[in-house]
Amino acid sequence: MTCWNTIGDYAFRSLGYGERLLPRTDFTICQQFTLIGSGMIWNIYFGVLALATGFFLANALAMARAARSPVLRKPADWFIFVFRGSPLFIQFFLAYETLVMLPRAGIDVLGITVETAWLTKAWAGALIVLFLNTAAYSAEIFHGALMAIPKGDLEAADAYGFSGWKKFRRIQWPTMLRLAWPAYTNEAIFLFHATTLVFFSGFPAFQQRGDALYYAKYFADKTFNPFVPYPIVAFYFICLTLLVIWLFGLMNRRLNRHLPANVRPRIRVRPQLIR
Amino acid sequence: MFASCADPASLHGLNWLICYLTSGSHIAFYWSFVTVLVLLAVTAPTALAFGFAGAVAARSPVWPLSLLGRTYTAMVRGIPDIVFFLFFVIALDQGIEWVVHQMRCPDWTEPVRQGLEFRVCPEAKMPSGNAAQIWHQIYGFFLAVMTFALVFGAFVSNVLTGAMAAVPRAQLETAESYGMTQGQVFRRILVPQMWIYALPGLSNLWMILIKATPLLFLLGVQDIVFWARELGGTKTSLYAFPHPDWRLWYFLFLLVFYLAMTRVSEIVLGRLTRRLSFGQATAAGEAQRKAAA
Repeated sequence: MTCWNTIGDYAFRSLGYGERLLPRTDFTICQQFTLIGSGMIWNIYFGVLALATGFFLANALAMARAARSPVLRKPADWFIFVFRGSPLFIQFFLAYETLVMLPRAGIDVLGITVETAWLTKAWAGALIVLFLNTAAYSAEIFHGALMAIPKGDLEAADAYGFSGWKKFRRIQWPTMLRLAWPAYTNEAIFLFHATTLVFFSGFPAFQQRGDALYYAKYFADKTFNPFVPYPIVAFYFICLTLLVIWLFGLMNRRLNRHLPANVRPRIRVRPQLIR
Repeated sequence: MFASCADPASLHGLNWLICYLTSGSHIAFYWSFVTVLVLLAVTAPTALAFGFAGAVAARSPVWPLSLLGRTYTAMVRGIPDIVFFLFFVIALDQGIEWVVHQMRCPDWTEPVRQGLEFRVCPEAKMPSGNAAQIWHQIYGFFLAVMTFALVFGAFVSNVLTGAMAAVPRAQLETAESYGMTQGQVFRRILVPQMWIYALPGLSNLWMILIKATPLLFLLGVQDIVFWARELGGTKTSLYAFPHPDWRLWYFLFLLVFYLAMTRVSEIVLGRLTRRLSFGQATAAGEAQRKAAA
Protein backbone atom coordinates (compact mmCIF):
# COMPACT_ATOMS: atom_id res chain seq x y z
CA MET A 1 0.00 0.00 0.00
CA THR A 2 1.59 3.23 -1.10
CA CYS A 3 1.51 6.52 0.65
CA TRP A 4 -0.93 7.93 -1.92
CA ASN A 5 -3.43 5.25 -1.00
CA THR A 6 -3.06 6.19 2.66
CA ILE A 7 -3.59 9.83 1.88
CA GLY A 8 -6.67 8.93 -0.13
CA ASP A 9 -8.02 6.88 2.76
CA TYR A 10 -7.27 9.16 5.65
CA ALA A 11 -6.87 12.75 4.41
CA PHE A 12 -10.44 13.62 5.40
CA ARG A 13 -10.86 11.03 8.14
CA SER A 14 -11.39 13.76 10.74
CA LEU A 15 -14.49 14.88 8.83
CA GLY A 16 -15.80 11.33 8.54
CA TYR A 17 -14.85 10.60 4.92
CA GLY A 18 -12.66 7.75 3.70
CA GLU A 19 -11.63 4.66 5.62
CA ARG A 20 -13.74 4.06 8.74
CA LEU A 21 -11.23 2.11 10.83
CA LEU A 22 -8.13 3.82 12.10
CA PRO A 23 -4.87 1.90 11.53
CA ARG A 24 -4.32 -0.69 14.26
CA THR A 25 -1.01 -2.36 13.45
CA ASP A 26 2.04 -1.64 11.31
CA PHE A 27 1.93 2.09 11.75
CA THR A 28 3.82 3.98 9.06
CA ILE A 29 5.15 7.50 9.13
CA CYS A 30 2.87 8.26 6.20
CA GLN A 31 -0.22 7.22 8.14
CA GLN A 32 0.79 9.36 11.08
CA PHE A 33 1.46 12.40 8.91
CA THR A 34 -1.81 12.00 7.02
CA LEU A 35 -4.09 11.41 9.99
CA ILE A 36 -2.56 14.12 12.16
CA GLY A 37 -2.74 16.49 9.20
CA SER A 38 -6.36 15.52 8.75
CA GLY A 39 -6.94 16.44 12.38
CA MET A 40 -5.44 19.88 11.74
CA ILE A 41 -8.63 20.69 9.79
CA TRP A 42 -10.45 20.92 13.11
CA ASN A 43 -7.75 23.07 14.72
CA ILE A 44 -7.96 25.49 11.82
CA TYR A 45 -11.76 25.42 11.83
CA PHE A 46 -11.96 26.27 15.55
CA GLY A 47 -9.21 28.87 15.40
CA VAL A 48 -10.43 30.74 12.32
CA LEU A 49 -14.11 30.87 13.28
CA ALA A 50 -13.45 31.77 16.93
CA LEU A 51 -11.10 34.57 15.89
CA ALA A 52 -13.41 35.89 13.20
CA THR A 53 -16.44 36.04 15.49
CA GLY A 54 -14.55 36.86 18.67
CA PHE A 55 -13.08 39.98 17.06
CA PHE A 56 -16.46 41.72 17.01
CA LEU A 57 -17.42 40.81 20.55
CA ALA A 58 -13.94 41.87 21.70
CA ASN A 59 -14.43 45.30 20.16
CA ALA A 60 -17.80 45.67 21.83
CA LEU A 61 -16.38 44.55 25.18
CA ALA A 62 -13.42 46.91 24.94
CA MET A 63 -15.82 49.80 24.26
CA ALA A 64 -18.03 48.74 27.15
CA ARG A 65 -15.01 48.57 29.45
CA ALA A 66 -14.01 52.07 28.46
CA ALA A 67 -17.56 53.36 28.97
CA ARG A 68 -18.28 55.83 31.75
CA SER A 69 -21.59 54.23 32.72
CA PRO A 70 -21.16 51.38 35.22
CA VAL A 71 -24.16 49.60 33.68
CA LEU A 72 -21.99 48.92 30.63
CA ARG A 73 -18.62 48.77 32.35
CA LYS A 74 -19.27 46.34 35.19
CA PRO A 75 -20.66 43.42 33.14
CA ALA A 76 -17.77 43.75 30.70
CA ASP A 77 -15.27 43.81 33.58
CA TRP A 78 -16.79 40.67 35.06
CA PHE A 79 -16.98 38.86 31.77
CA ILE A 80 -13.31 39.51 31.11
CA PHE A 81 -12.29 38.59 34.66
CA VAL A 82 -14.16 35.27 34.58
CA PHE A 83 -12.80 34.18 31.21
CA ARG A 84 -9.25 35.40 31.79
CA GLY A 85 -9.07 34.30 35.41
CA SER A 86 -10.03 30.66 34.97
CA PRO A 87 -8.44 27.86 32.96
CA LEU A 88 -9.84 27.24 29.50
CA PHE A 89 -9.81 23.56 30.37
CA ILE A 90 -12.32 24.13 33.19
CA GLN A 91 -14.38 26.39 30.93
CA PHE A 92 -14.68 23.57 28.41
CA PHE A 93 -15.81 21.11 31.07
CA LEU A 94 -18.27 23.56 32.55
CA ALA A 95 -19.72 24.43 29.15
CA TYR A 96 -20.10 20.78 28.23
CA GLU A 97 -21.85 19.90 31.47
CA THR A 98 -24.15 22.91 31.08
CA LEU A 99 -25.02 22.10 27.49
CA VAL A 100 -25.71 18.47 28.35
CA MET A 101 -28.27 19.62 30.94
CA LEU A 102 -30.41 21.24 28.24
CA PRO A 103 -33.52 19.18 27.49
CA ARG A 104 -32.86 16.55 24.84
CA ALA A 105 -36.10 17.09 23.00
CA GLY A 106 -35.44 20.77 22.46
CA ILE A 107 -36.93 23.91 23.98
CA ASP A 108 -40.37 25.27 23.05
CA VAL A 109 -40.17 28.92 22.13
CA LEU A 110 -43.58 30.31 21.12
CA GLY A 111 -44.66 26.98 19.74
CA ILE A 112 -41.48 26.38 17.74
CA THR A 113 -39.21 23.62 19.02
CA VAL A 114 -35.59 24.72 19.09
CA GLU A 115 -33.17 21.82 18.73
CA THR A 116 -30.44 21.73 21.39
CA ALA A 117 -28.66 18.42 20.74
CA TRP A 118 -26.16 19.98 18.33
CA LEU A 119 -24.86 22.24 21.10
CA THR A 120 -23.25 19.31 22.90
CA LYS A 121 -21.21 18.43 19.82
CA ALA A 122 -17.67 19.73 19.76
CA TRP A 123 -18.07 21.70 16.53
CA ALA A 124 -20.65 23.98 18.14
CA GLY A 125 -20.13 23.78 21.90
CA ALA A 126 -16.34 24.07 21.90
CA LEU A 127 -16.54 26.82 19.29
CA ILE A 128 -18.80 28.87 21.56
CA VAL A 129 -16.36 28.52 24.46
CA LEU A 130 -13.38 29.46 22.29
CA PHE A 131 -15.35 32.40 20.89
CA LEU A 132 -16.13 33.76 24.35
CA ASN A 133 -12.63 33.05 25.60
CA THR A 134 -10.80 34.77 22.78
CA ALA A 135 -13.24 37.67 22.96
CA ALA A 136 -12.30 38.21 26.62
CA TYR A 137 -8.54 38.04 26.01
CA SER A 138 -8.72 40.25 22.90
CA ALA A 139 -10.99 42.73 24.67
CA GLU A 140 -8.32 43.20 27.32
CA ILE A 141 -5.74 43.84 24.59
CA PHE A 142 -8.03 46.26 22.73
CA HIS A 143 -8.94 48.07 25.94
CA GLY A 144 -5.27 48.52 26.75
CA ALA A 145 -4.68 49.92 23.27
CA LEU A 146 -7.69 52.20 23.55
CA MET A 147 -6.22 53.66 26.72
CA ALA A 148 -2.83 54.04 25.03
CA ILE A 149 -4.02 56.23 22.14
CA PRO A 150 -1.78 59.32 22.17
CA LYS A 151 -3.48 62.37 23.64
CA GLY A 152 -2.27 64.47 20.74
CA ASP A 153 -4.22 62.35 18.23
CA LEU A 154 -7.46 62.93 20.11
CA GLU A 155 -6.79 66.65 20.47
CA ALA A 156 -6.03 66.88 16.77
CA ALA A 157 -9.33 65.15 16.03
CA ASP A 158 -11.13 67.68 18.22
CA ALA A 159 -9.32 70.51 16.48
CA TYR A 160 -10.58 69.27 13.10
CA GLY A 161 -14.11 69.28 14.46
CA PHE A 162 -14.47 65.49 14.58
CA SER A 163 -16.75 64.26 17.29
CA GLY A 164 -18.75 61.24 18.39
CA TRP A 165 -19.04 58.46 15.86
CA LYS A 166 -16.88 60.14 13.25
CA LYS A 167 -14.01 60.66 15.67
CA PHE A 168 -14.28 57.07 16.79
CA ARG A 169 -14.41 55.62 13.30
CA ARG A 170 -11.72 57.77 11.76
CA ILE A 171 -9.26 58.21 14.64
CA GLN A 172 -9.83 56.09 17.72
CA TRP A 173 -10.67 52.72 16.23
CA PRO A 174 -7.90 52.57 13.60
CA THR A 175 -5.34 53.76 16.15
CA MET A 176 -6.56 51.22 18.68
CA LEU A 177 -6.22 48.42 16.13
CA ARG A 178 -2.80 49.63 15.09
CA LEU A 179 -1.51 49.69 18.66
CA ALA A 180 -3.13 46.40 19.61
CA TRP A 181 -2.15 44.46 16.50
CA PRO A 182 1.18 42.91 17.63
CA ALA A 183 -0.40 41.68 20.87
CA TYR A 184 -3.48 40.53 18.97
CA THR A 185 -1.25 38.46 16.70
CA ASN A 186 0.08 36.63 19.73
CA GLU A 187 -3.46 36.10 20.94
CA ALA A 188 -4.32 34.54 17.57
CA ILE A 189 -1.32 32.20 17.72
CA PHE A 190 -2.19 31.02 21.20
CA LEU A 191 -5.81 30.61 20.34
CA PHE A 192 -4.76 28.13 17.66
CA HIS A 193 -2.66 26.37 20.26
CA ALA A 194 -5.59 26.32 22.65
CA THR A 195 -7.77 24.51 20.11
CA THR A 196 -5.81 21.33 20.90
CA LEU A 197 -7.55 21.20 24.28
CA VAL A 198 -11.02 20.67 22.81
CA PHE A 199 -11.04 16.89 22.59
CA PHE A 200 -9.29 16.44 25.94
CA SER A 201 -11.99 18.20 27.88
CA GLY A 202 -15.39 16.63 28.00
CA PHE A 203 -16.34 17.05 24.37
CA PRO A 204 -16.29 13.55 22.88
CA ALA A 205 -14.71 12.86 19.50
CA PHE A 206 -17.70 11.43 17.62
CA GLN A 207 -16.67 8.31 15.59
CA GLN A 208 -13.01 9.10 16.31
CA ARG A 209 -13.21 12.34 14.37
CA GLY A 210 -10.73 14.39 16.35
CA ASP A 211 -8.14 17.09 15.98
CA ALA A 212 -4.39 16.78 15.39
CA LEU A 213 -3.52 16.11 19.02
CA TYR A 214 -6.29 13.54 19.36
CA TYR A 215 -4.77 11.43 16.57
CA ALA A 216 -1.23 12.02 17.86
CA LYS A 217 -2.26 10.71 21.25
CA TYR A 218 -3.93 7.75 19.55
CA PHE A 219 -0.64 6.85 17.87
CA ALA A 220 1.44 7.50 21.00
CA ASP A 221 -0.87 5.26 23.05
CA LYS A 222 -0.81 2.50 20.47
CA THR A 223 2.92 2.48 19.72
CA PHE A 224 4.26 3.57 23.15
CA ASN A 225 6.53 5.81 21.16
CA PRO A 226 6.02 9.53 21.70
CA PHE A 227 9.02 10.47 19.57
CA VAL A 228 7.18 10.29 16.24
CA PRO A 229 3.59 11.59 16.56
CA TYR A 230 4.21 14.58 18.85
CA PRO A 231 7.03 16.02 16.76
CA ILE A 232 4.66 15.71 13.78
CA VAL A 233 2.03 17.80 15.63
CA ALA A 234 4.79 20.24 16.52
CA PHE A 235 5.81 20.47 12.88
CA TYR A 236 2.25 21.20 11.74
CA PHE A 237 1.78 23.82 14.43
CA ILE A 238 5.05 25.58 13.63
CA CYS A 239 3.88 25.82 10.00
CA LEU A 240 0.50 27.14 11.14
CA THR A 241 2.16 29.67 13.45
CA LEU A 242 4.37 30.94 10.62
CA LEU A 243 1.31 31.27 8.40
CA VAL A 244 -0.57 33.23 11.07
CA ILE A 245 2.42 35.52 11.63
CA TRP A 246 2.66 36.13 7.89
CA LEU A 247 -1.06 36.91 7.46
CA PHE A 248 -1.21 39.17 10.50
CA GLY A 249 2.02 40.79 9.36
CA LEU A 250 0.31 41.82 6.11
CA MET A 251 -2.47 43.45 8.11
CA ASN A 252 0.09 45.04 10.41
CA ARG A 253 1.82 46.59 7.43
CA ARG A 254 -1.47 47.99 6.18
CA LEU A 255 -2.39 49.45 9.58
CA ASN A 256 0.99 51.16 9.86
CA ARG A 257 1.33 52.26 6.24
CA HIS A 258 1.18 55.98 7.13
CA LEU A 259 4.18 55.77 9.48
CA PRO A 260 7.83 56.18 8.48
CA ALA A 261 9.47 52.77 8.09
CA ASN A 262 11.79 53.04 11.08
CA VAL A 263 9.07 53.60 13.69
CA ARG A 264 6.66 50.89 12.54
CA PRO A 265 6.07 48.32 15.28
CA ARG A 266 7.24 44.82 14.41
CA ILE A 267 5.34 41.72 15.35
CA ARG A 268 7.28 39.60 17.81
CA VAL A 269 6.10 36.29 19.09
CA ARG A 270 5.98 36.46 22.85
CA PRO A 271 5.45 33.19 24.61
CA GLN A 272 2.33 32.81 26.62
CA LEU A 273 1.14 29.49 27.77
CA ILE A 274 -2.15 27.92 28.46
CA ARG A 275 -5.10 30.11 29.11
CA MET B 1 -16.55 10.70 59.30
CA PHE B 2 -19.25 11.51 61.86
CA ALA B 3 -20.96 8.77 63.89
CA SER B 4 -24.38 9.99 62.72
CA CYS B 5 -23.41 9.25 59.11
CA ALA B 6 -23.33 5.48 59.64
CA ASP B 7 -26.65 4.96 57.85
CA PRO B 8 -26.90 7.42 54.93
CA ALA B 9 -30.26 6.13 53.78
CA SER B 10 -31.99 7.51 56.88
CA LEU B 11 -30.62 11.01 56.50
CA HIS B 12 -32.46 14.03 55.11
CA GLY B 13 -31.82 17.62 54.17
CA LEU B 14 -28.88 19.37 55.75
CA ASN B 15 -27.71 16.29 57.68
CA TRP B 16 -27.54 14.37 54.42
CA LEU B 17 -25.53 17.14 52.83
CA ILE B 18 -23.08 17.34 55.74
CA CYS B 19 -22.54 13.58 55.66
CA TYR B 20 -22.29 13.63 51.86
CA LEU B 21 -19.67 16.35 51.84
CA THR B 22 -17.55 14.58 54.46
CA SER B 23 -17.64 11.12 52.89
CA GLY B 24 -14.34 9.34 52.22
CA SER B 25 -14.15 10.21 48.54
CA HIS B 26 -14.90 13.86 49.29
CA ILE B 27 -12.00 13.95 51.72
CA ALA B 28 -9.85 12.66 48.84
CA PHE B 29 -11.32 15.45 46.68
CA TYR B 30 -10.28 18.06 49.25
CA TRP B 31 -6.81 16.51 49.45
CA SER B 32 -6.48 16.85 45.70
CA PHE B 33 -6.64 20.63 46.15
CA VAL B 34 -3.58 20.21 48.35
CA THR B 35 -2.01 18.22 45.48
CA VAL B 36 -2.54 21.19 43.17
CA LEU B 37 -1.11 23.62 45.72
CA VAL B 38 1.89 21.33 46.30
CA LEU B 39 2.41 21.15 42.55
CA LEU B 40 2.42 24.95 42.37
CA ALA B 41 4.73 25.23 45.39
CA VAL B 42 7.21 22.69 43.99
CA THR B 43 7.02 23.65 40.32
CA ALA B 44 7.44 27.40 40.71
CA PRO B 45 10.93 27.28 42.31
CA THR B 46 12.03 24.36 40.10
CA ALA B 47 10.95 26.18 36.96
CA LEU B 48 12.67 29.31 38.24
CA ALA B 49 15.87 27.32 38.73
CA PHE B 50 15.63 25.78 35.26
CA GLY B 51 14.86 29.16 33.74
CA PHE B 52 17.74 30.81 35.59
CA ALA B 53 20.13 28.10 34.40
CA GLY B 54 18.82 28.53 30.85
CA ALA B 55 19.22 32.31 30.94
CA VAL B 56 22.74 32.10 32.36
CA ALA B 57 23.66 29.47 29.77
CA ALA B 58 22.27 31.64 26.96
CA ARG B 59 24.53 34.53 28.12
CA SER B 60 27.58 32.31 28.41
CA PRO B 61 30.59 33.13 26.21
CA VAL B 62 31.11 29.39 25.62
CA TRP B 63 29.36 28.74 22.32
CA PRO B 64 27.92 25.23 22.86
CA LEU B 65 26.56 26.27 26.26
CA SER B 66 24.97 29.41 24.86
CA LEU B 67 23.46 27.42 21.99
CA LEU B 68 21.99 24.98 24.49
CA GLY B 69 20.49 27.84 26.51
CA ARG B 70 19.03 29.53 23.45
CA THR B 71 17.61 26.30 22.05
CA TYR B 72 15.91 25.61 25.35
CA THR B 73 14.38 29.09 25.33
CA ALA B 74 13.23 28.88 21.73
CA MET B 75 11.87 25.36 22.12
CA VAL B 76 8.42 26.20 23.44
CA ARG B 77 7.58 28.91 20.93
CA GLY B 78 5.26 27.93 18.14
CA ILE B 79 4.28 24.57 19.57
CA PRO B 80 1.20 24.08 21.75
CA ASP B 81 2.26 23.49 25.34
CA ILE B 82 -0.12 20.58 25.74
CA VAL B 83 1.94 18.70 23.14
CA PHE B 84 4.90 19.10 25.46
CA PHE B 85 2.84 17.94 28.39
CA LEU B 86 1.80 14.78 26.64
CA PHE B 87 5.25 14.24 25.14
CA PHE B 88 7.50 14.83 28.13
CA VAL B 89 5.67 12.51 30.49
CA ILE B 90 6.26 9.47 28.30
CA ALA B 91 9.65 10.66 27.08
CA LEU B 92 10.90 11.28 30.63
CA ASP B 93 9.52 7.98 31.86
CA GLN B 94 11.15 6.04 29.04
CA GLY B 95 14.37 8.05 29.31
CA ILE B 96 14.74 7.36 33.03
CA GLU B 97 13.99 3.67 32.56
CA TRP B 98 16.45 3.46 29.68
CA VAL B 99 19.26 5.03 31.73
CA VAL B 100 18.56 2.73 34.69
CA HIS B 101 18.42 -0.18 32.26
CA GLN B 102 21.87 0.70 30.88
CA MET B 103 23.30 0.89 34.39
CA ARG B 104 21.72 -2.16 36.01
CA CYS B 105 21.55 -4.63 33.14
CA PRO B 106 24.66 -4.10 31.00
CA ASP B 107 24.51 -7.67 29.63
CA TRP B 108 20.87 -7.47 28.46
CA THR B 109 20.96 -8.35 24.78
CA GLU B 110 17.39 -7.90 23.54
CA PRO B 111 16.59 -4.53 21.96
CA VAL B 112 14.65 -2.11 24.17
CA ARG B 113 12.16 -1.22 21.44
CA GLN B 114 10.54 -4.41 20.17
CA GLY B 115 8.02 -3.41 17.56
CA LEU B 116 5.25 -1.74 19.52
CA GLU B 117 6.69 -2.39 22.96
CA PHE B 118 9.15 -0.57 25.13
CA ARG B 119 10.78 -3.29 27.21
CA VAL B 120 13.53 -2.84 29.78
CA CYS B 121 14.82 -5.46 32.19
CA PRO B 122 12.66 -5.97 35.31
CA GLU B 123 15.24 -4.38 37.60
CA ALA B 124 15.01 -1.15 35.61
CA LYS B 125 11.24 -0.72 35.96
CA MET B 126 10.41 2.58 37.64
CA PRO B 127 9.11 2.30 40.27
CA SER B 128 9.77 -1.39 40.75
CA GLY B 129 6.85 -3.67 40.02
CA ASN B 130 6.26 -4.76 43.61
CA ALA B 131 6.42 -1.26 45.13
CA ALA B 132 3.44 0.00 47.07
CA GLN B 133 0.68 1.90 45.27
CA ILE B 134 1.73 5.14 46.94
CA TRP B 135 5.15 4.99 45.24
CA HIS B 136 3.53 4.72 41.84
CA GLN B 137 1.49 7.80 42.64
CA ILE B 138 4.51 9.72 43.92
CA TYR B 139 6.52 8.76 40.84
CA GLY B 140 3.67 9.92 38.57
CA PHE B 141 3.49 13.18 40.46
CA PHE B 142 7.26 13.58 40.20
CA LEU B 143 7.09 13.12 36.42
CA ALA B 144 4.30 15.69 36.23
CA VAL B 145 6.31 18.20 38.25
CA MET B 146 9.37 17.67 36.04
CA THR B 147 7.24 18.16 32.92
CA PHE B 148 5.72 21.37 34.24
CA ALA B 149 9.13 22.62 35.37
CA LEU B 150 10.76 21.85 32.00
CA VAL B 151 8.07 23.63 30.00
CA PHE B 152 7.70 26.60 32.33
CA GLY B 153 11.46 26.80 32.82
CA ALA B 154 11.80 27.63 29.12
CA PHE B 155 9.35 30.51 29.53
CA VAL B 156 11.06 31.73 32.70
CA SER B 157 14.38 31.56 30.90
CA ASN B 158 12.96 33.79 28.19
CA VAL B 159 11.77 36.35 30.74
CA LEU B 160 15.03 36.33 32.71
CA THR B 161 17.14 36.75 29.56
CA GLY B 162 15.17 39.89 28.81
CA ALA B 163 15.43 41.10 32.41
CA MET B 164 19.21 40.65 32.47
CA ALA B 165 19.49 42.67 29.28
CA ALA B 166 17.29 45.39 30.80
CA VAL B 167 19.57 46.19 33.76
CA PRO B 168 21.16 49.54 32.87
CA ARG B 169 24.59 49.04 31.35
CA ALA B 170 25.98 51.91 33.44
CA GLN B 171 25.34 49.95 36.64
CA LEU B 172 27.51 47.09 35.44
CA GLU B 173 30.22 49.40 34.15
CA THR B 174 30.34 51.21 37.47
CA ALA B 175 30.81 47.89 39.24
CA GLU B 176 33.60 46.97 36.84
CA SER B 177 35.32 50.30 37.45
CA TYR B 178 35.31 49.49 41.16
CA GLY B 179 37.42 46.45 40.26
CA MET B 180 34.80 43.73 40.62
CA THR B 181 35.36 40.53 38.69
CA GLN B 182 32.78 39.24 36.19
CA GLY B 183 31.42 36.85 38.79
CA GLN B 184 31.10 39.57 41.39
CA VAL B 185 29.32 41.89 38.96
CA PHE B 186 26.92 39.09 38.14
CA ARG B 187 26.23 38.15 41.78
CA ARG B 188 26.18 41.57 43.42
CA ILE B 189 24.82 43.87 40.73
CA LEU B 190 23.09 42.06 37.89
CA VAL B 191 21.09 39.43 39.78
CA PRO B 192 19.78 41.71 42.57
CA GLN B 193 18.70 44.35 40.05
CA MET B 194 17.14 42.17 37.39
CA TRP B 195 14.13 41.04 39.46
CA ILE B 196 12.18 44.27 39.09
CA TYR B 197 12.46 43.96 35.30
CA ALA B 198 11.57 40.27 35.41
CA LEU B 199 8.59 40.67 37.73
CA PRO B 200 5.90 41.61 35.17
CA GLY B 201 6.85 38.63 33.03
CA LEU B 202 7.18 36.29 36.00
CA SER B 203 3.83 37.30 37.49
CA ASN B 204 2.22 36.68 34.12
CA LEU B 205 3.83 33.22 34.08
CA TRP B 206 2.60 32.52 37.60
CA MET B 207 -0.97 33.27 36.50
CA ILE B 208 -0.51 30.99 33.53
CA LEU B 209 0.96 28.29 35.75
CA ILE B 210 -2.11 28.43 37.99
CA LYS B 211 -4.34 28.08 34.97
CA ALA B 212 -2.23 25.18 33.65
CA THR B 213 -2.74 23.02 36.74
CA PRO B 214 -5.93 21.30 35.45
CA LEU B 215 -3.67 19.64 32.89
CA LEU B 216 -2.44 17.41 35.72
CA PHE B 217 -5.56 15.47 34.90
CA LEU B 218 -4.17 14.67 31.45
CA LEU B 219 -0.92 13.49 33.01
CA GLY B 220 -2.78 10.81 34.94
CA VAL B 221 -2.59 12.39 38.39
CA GLN B 222 -5.77 12.17 40.47
CA ASP B 223 -6.27 15.90 40.69
CA ILE B 224 -9.30 18.11 41.22
CA VAL B 225 -10.64 17.64 37.69
CA PHE B 226 -10.46 13.86 38.08
CA TRP B 227 -12.39 13.97 41.37
CA ALA B 228 -14.91 16.52 40.11
CA ARG B 229 -15.80 14.20 37.23
CA GLU B 230 -15.75 11.17 39.49
CA LEU B 231 -17.89 12.59 42.30
CA GLY B 232 -20.22 14.67 40.14
CA GLY B 233 -21.33 11.80 37.90
CA THR B 234 -24.74 10.25 38.42
CA LYS B 235 -24.83 7.92 41.43
CA THR B 236 -27.51 5.25 41.41
CA SER B 237 -29.11 3.88 44.55
CA LEU B 238 -26.33 1.28 44.72
CA TYR B 239 -24.18 4.03 46.22
CA ALA B 240 -24.45 5.31 49.76
CA PHE B 241 -25.34 8.81 48.58
CA PRO B 242 -27.37 8.56 45.38
CA HIS B 243 -27.76 11.79 43.42
CA PRO B 244 -28.32 12.89 39.80
CA ASP B 245 -25.61 14.33 37.56
CA TRP B 246 -24.01 17.11 39.61
CA ARG B 247 -20.85 17.59 37.58
CA LEU B 248 -21.97 21.09 36.64
CA TRP B 249 -21.88 22.16 40.30
CA TYR B 250 -18.51 20.55 40.91
CA PHE B 251 -16.99 22.31 37.92
CA LEU B 252 -18.60 25.57 38.99
CA PHE B 253 -16.84 25.10 42.31
CA LEU B 254 -13.51 24.56 40.52
CA LEU B 255 -14.13 27.71 38.47
CA VAL B 256 -14.66 29.72 41.66
CA PHE B 257 -11.53 28.16 43.17
CA TYR B 258 -9.43 29.24 40.20
CA LEU B 259 -10.95 32.71 40.07
CA ALA B 260 -10.14 33.15 43.76
CA MET B 261 -6.58 31.91 43.19
CA THR B 262 -5.95 34.38 40.36
CA ARG B 263 -7.54 37.26 42.27
CA VAL B 264 -5.41 36.63 45.37
CA SER B 265 -2.30 36.28 43.22
CA GLU B 266 -3.04 39.59 41.50
CA ILE B 267 -3.23 41.37 44.85
CA VAL B 268 -0.07 39.72 46.26
CA LEU B 269 1.94 40.34 43.09
CA GLY B 270 0.83 43.99 43.08
CA ARG B 271 2.24 44.37 46.60
CA LEU B 272 5.44 42.58 45.62
CA THR B 273 5.94 44.90 42.65
CA ARG B 274 5.65 47.90 44.94
CA ARG B 275 8.18 46.38 47.36
CA LEU B 276 10.70 45.42 44.69
CA SER B 277 10.47 48.88 43.07
CA PHE B 278 11.88 50.39 46.26
CA GLY B 279 15.17 52.10 45.57
CA GLN B 280 15.33 51.00 41.93
CA ALA B 281 16.28 53.20 39.01
CA THR B 282 12.83 52.91 37.44
CA ALA B 283 9.85 55.25 37.17
CA ALA B 284 8.02 53.40 39.96
CA GLY B 285 11.08 53.51 42.20
CA GLU B 286 11.50 57.23 41.51
CA ALA B 287 7.84 57.89 42.33
CA GLN B 288 8.27 56.11 45.69
CA ARG B 289 11.35 58.16 46.48
CA LYS B 290 9.51 61.41 45.73
CA ALA B 291 6.49 60.41 47.78
CA ALA B 292 8.69 59.65 50.78
CA ALA B 293 10.72 62.85 50.53
